[in-house]
Amino acid sequence: MMETTAAKSLIGTRKPHLADTSFHISLFVAGAIVVVVLASILLIMFLGGRQAFETFGIGFIWSTEWNPVTSIYGALPAITGTLITALLAIVIAWPIGFGIAFFLTEICPRALRAPLGIAIELLAAIPSIVYGMWGFFVLAPFMSESVQPWLTEVFAWIPPLGDSFFWFSAPPLGVGLMTASLVLAVMILPFIAATTRDVMLSTPQLLKDGAYAMGATRWESLTGVVIPAVRGSLFGAVFLGLGRALGETMAVVFVIGNATRMPDSLYAPSASIASVVANNFPEAETGSIQLAALLGLGFILFVVSFGVLALARLLLRQERMA
Amino acid sequence: MSEPAPQSDRIPSIALRAPAPANAAAPLSPTRIDVRNVNAFYGAKQALFDVNLHIPDNAVTAFIGASGCGKSTLLRCLNRMNDTIPGARVDGQILMDGVDINSADIDAVSVRTRIGMVFQKPSPFPMSIYDNIAYGPRTHKLTSSKAELDELVERSLRRAALWEEAKDRLDKSGLGLSGGQQQRLCIARALAVSPAVILMDEPCSALDPVATAHIEQLIEDIRKHTCIVIVTHSMAQAARISQITAFFNMGQLIESAPTADLFTAPKLEQTQDYITGRFG
Repeated sequence: MMETTAAKSLIGTRKPHLADTSFHISLFVAGAIVVVVLASILLIMFLGGRQAFETFGIGFIWSTEWNPVTSIYGALPAITGTLITALLAIVIAWPIGFGIAFFLTEICPRALRAPLGIAIELLAAIPSIVYGMWGFFVLAPFMSESVQPWLTEVFAWIPPLGDSFFWFSAPPLGVGLMTASLVLAVMILPFIAATTRDVMLSTPQLLKDGAYAMGATRWESLTGVVIPAVRGSLFGAVFLGLGRALGETMAVVFVIGNATRMPDSLYAPSASIASVVANNFPEAETGSIQLAALLGLGFILFVVSFGVLALARLLLRQERMA
Repeated sequence: MSEPAPQSDRIPSIALRAPAPANAAAPLSPTRIDVRNVNAFYGAKQALFDVNLHIPDNAVTAFIGASGCGKSTLLRCLNRMNDTIPGARVDGQILMDGVDINSADIDAVSVRTRIGMVFQKPSPFPMSIYDNIAYGPRTHKLTSSKAELDELVERSLRRAALWEEAKDRLDKSGLGLSGGQQQRLCIARALAVSPAVILMDEPCSALDPVATAHIEQLIEDIRKHTCIVIVTHSMAQAARISQITAFFNMGQLIESAPTADLFTAPKLEQTQDYITGRFG
């Protein structure tokens, strides 16, 4: 076929697009940074903590003694404190957060929605050190004087767990696991509420209408159709809160009591991984076994948080495949 | 409920053609829904003006008209779906079997169990095919045993001509079905609670011609025992499947008549203009 003049003018027009190429490369770098930073942090924590794992073996994870004087370090008290406070915080914040979200999306008068939504977001904007001070000066005395004695009276009949964990039968000290959990619950509440609200707002109207058209009440449509449809995303909201509660440091340091030993009740002064690291890091000498133990704790926290997020992802994926 | 309509009443379900004279002559069943002086408002905006209409039982009544003419609004008045829209208000009377569905002592929820609805977009619930059909019976506790529920699910799927395609995958998600199958699933779901009336809001507008033909055949079968009201943008569809057609414009019911009469000899010029495509 004969090449026309117009077609011939295309020949030889190919030339490098400099801006395109450099844009392409810079985007690639931006993407790579995430992976590099993640991998290097994990590596540094592991290398720094390796000495602890070498000295105490894998038993570092479940050894219950943490004693800087004798240089014996076991992670279990801190791990226990972390898990108990985070889980208790979720147990407290989850129903309230869901309630707030459902109130906002289903019942709240239109005019009140925006102000309430903003109030919830402001709750998330309070710096954690402010939560810490509030917890220490307001919440802890209140817990010690009113709530904990009352709880003891009501729940003293609960038999102890094993022979060392007495639930509510303990001196009401104020600072300790329970107060830390409450502060954490208030801190993660806005995340759970806001994420749940967004999930509820994103459910198609058609789904609700479909349920209404079948003669379902608002409650039946919500529990029978809408919530099952977004179950995974709702769990995602909870895990987001859990992830935050696991790593929260400053507020917890104020109210957990900072006693690195196995808790013997829900009132017991205890410690979380983050609070132990924050309290001891300034004094840990370079190269010491103490520093290694702290970095080892950091590594464990990293892995636990990562596991929680991975689990959340897995739940969400199963939802989509179903 | 009542004996099947005579065979002569049947319209070829695919081709667009002037309805057979037999259709026009067929005697209509008694009125199931009586719409009296209905005005509907969304906030300050009035969407329906003084609508009066008799909707017969065991027949398909089609609402036609341009977008925004009020036909969907009237449809949503008939099962009180407008209750779920903030600011919506309905005046006048809508009598089903002589009872005003808007009267103070009647619960919208119980109205909707008597009047099923199928939407423009297929709206299967994100659960298994079985659970979709079982949703209504379970919610309203219509069955007392698993066997009874199984049977009701099968019967509903059969009536919606979906049983053969679905029987081996009852435990699979309803979302895995094709668009046309999903729409039949929604019809089966509505049928499972044995409603007296089924409302359909453009049920075929998201479907291809083959799936549309399936649904139209299905409508023709169901209407022998049920009152069906359908909103459609396709005049060809209205002509194919309905016995009564009501033409709406700007919130007013312009003309309603047996479908054959309305499409061949409309009384008003406005109707004539719309059905011949000369509409504003």
